[in-house]
Amino acid sequence: MKAMVLALIVATAAAAAAVEIAPGDRQSGYDFVSPETRAMQDDDTANPGMLGVLQGETLWAAKAGATDRSCADCHGDARATMKGVAARYPLFEPALARPLDLEGRINRCRSEHQRAAAFAAESADLLALTAFVAYQSRGLPIAVQTNAELKPFLELGSELFHRRQGQLNLSCSQCHDDNWGKRLAGAVIPQAHPTGYPVYRLEWQSLGSLQRRLRNCMTGMRAEPYEYGAPEAVALELYLMARAHGMTIETPGVRP
Amino acid sequence: MARVLINLPAQAKRGEIIEIKTLIGHPMETGYRLGPTGVVFPRDIINRFVCTYNGVQVFGAELHPAIAANPFIAFFTVATESGEIAFSWTDDHGQTQTEVRQITVE
Repeated sequence: MKAMVLALIVATAAAAAAVEIAPGDRQSGYDFVSPETRAMQDDDTANPGMLGVLQGETLWAAKAGATDRSCADCHGDARATMKGVAARYPLFEPALARPLDLEGRINRCRSEHQRAAAFAAESADLLALTAFVAYQSRGLPIAVQTNAELKPFLELGSELFHRRQGQLNLSCSQCHDDNWGKRLAGAVIPQAHPTGYPVYRLEWQSLGSLQRRLRNCMTGMRAEPYEYGAPEAVALELYLMARAHGMTIETPGVRP
Repeated sequence: MARVLINLPAQAKRGEIIEIKTLIGHPMETGYRLGPTGVVFPRDIINRFVCTYNGVQVFGAELHPAIAANPFIAFFTVATESGEIAFSWTDDHGQTQTEVRQITVE
């Protein structure tokens, strides 16, 4: 009994301090899903996210905008030029004085260089092109920069991750640092490492971005979700990528 | 047309049981969902899938509204002879998409 009380006190103290997951204990969401879902992700002809990657490959070569240029006209063969790129995003954009995530970068490239209309947030085309670019980094370690320019955004992301929000008064950290591996209703709580984005979620029956996933979680906390592309959302993405530093990119991941 | 992923062995021994896996991109709209204005999204699903081996049907399936988007269909057949394996998906608009793959049987 005494030990239990002590454990409870320790647990409460841990919850208050929000202990970070030790690097050796980090696990991808892949490790928490069923063997069937893992098999689906591992087989490129069964992974429905690959349909998005294929569509993205077409878009990469498609000319667009007033300049009538395709991604390939500037960037060449994505297999070489986009290798490892997704592992470094979100990246600081000096012109905007804030970081951009991969979706943001693609849309900025479209409006600045192709002079085409930006893709709508969560549109099939944007997800497909993002998936195609991120797919070129599959198997590579996440290596987001944490330089002086990004530091304030990283700190904001960390603050948001640990801030209690919504009617349930929960922080991201309370589930994903303190209680990962346990169950929330029927689902196992993963550690929230963004290893497979854009991810094919069976519940969504489509690809979805990390921001969509974050909005999903926030709705669950009964908090006001960040708008797509909001600085807070990108800061949180940046923090999550830094938190998953060195973990392997799996894009396109499959999750339940 | 929709994007398709097909996985079947390029070569097989005569009499060997081979697994064929197919995946096609399709929204599989059930016809029961309401849009933001309360109007029902019209039903739009693939309702028929057929696989023929050198012109002879070896597998067929009827699909219904409860089947998830991007239907994945896997099945087995016996490798009898070299030739063409054709796959066709037909949707509610009556449009059929056909993909053909070659197989060599020794």
